[in-house]
Amino acid sequence: MSLDINTLKVGDSLPERKHTATNVSLFMYNAAVWNHHRIHYDERYTIEEESHPAVVIDGPLQGDWLSQVALNWVGDTGRLLSFNYSNRRAAYLGDTLTSGGRIVEIDKETGQVQLELFIRNGDGNIITPGQGLVEIDRQEAD
Amino acid sequence: MGLLTAQHTAWIGHEDPAIHVEITRRDIQKYSAATEQQQARYLKGDEAPPMFVFNLFSAIPQLADLRQDGLARSTTGGPSLPLKRTMAGGTEVRQHRPIRPGDVLTGTRKIVDMFEKQGASGPLIFTVRSLRVVDAADRLVLEEIQTGISR
Repeated sequence: MSLDINTLKVGDSLPERKHTATNVSLFMYNAAVWNHHRIHYDERYTIEEESHPAVVIDGPLQGDWLSQVALNWVGDTGRLLSFNYSNRRAAYLGDTLTSGGRIVEIDKETGQVQLELFIRNGDGNIITPGQGLVEIDRQEAD
Repeated sequence: MGLLTAQHTAWIGHEDPAIHVEITRRDIQKYSAATEQQQARYLKGDEAPPMFVFNLFSAIPQLADLRQDGLARSTTGGPSLPLKRTMAGGTEVRQHRPIRPGDVLTGTRKIVDMFEKQGASGPLIFTVRSLRVVDAADRLVLEEIQTGISR
């Protein structure tokens, strides 16, 4: 898909995607980033010692999924210049999370598009809100 | 409230020793598989997704240096806080150029703020750290602000 800034509109939604973490996927993620915090793999410890209801889905993993909304949307037609997110509420193994976003500002002079991004839980609550700034390449004139 | 003392907040401004990391295609591929990336450049390891830097510039502790919760006792370069249960709070990332295999990067982390808030289930301590990543030519690659929460 190729983006043309002239066809974008404020309020346009970005494609949503569902993420369901498993024991295996959390193991892979925490091994890849070398994170040995027990709340991400040791269920007994997480429930009995840290009072969570289940193993915790890493906040930065949700941040990655959130950034992918912008990265996948812009693809090879631009770049993600910056983004931020805030982990407001924990998510747990068994939760199905939905990532998504929408356009909040378009600057046709610079080619920059400001995005509102989110991770939403199964109850419909946004647990990780964020923002992204992408720069879209100019289309070659015919 | 009032959990943070002058001894704690004296750590604001503390900078960890710089950490040097050689980026490999295989490490990018592992990260990309674990995070279900969809862009070919990430899955092939040609380029790292921006969140690849999470924890990349933290010291690697020995097993004997881990606390009961599995986190490092002494390698994070910060004060021992009165609230021990920690969680990630959020991140801001500004990427200046993509990270690619073969890059030799230097990351420097610094405590830039510490503050308290009252949460729904008790007090919270926020520790804000900056990360500045440069390449072998000392060109800026990425800047990050990361917030950790102790509860």
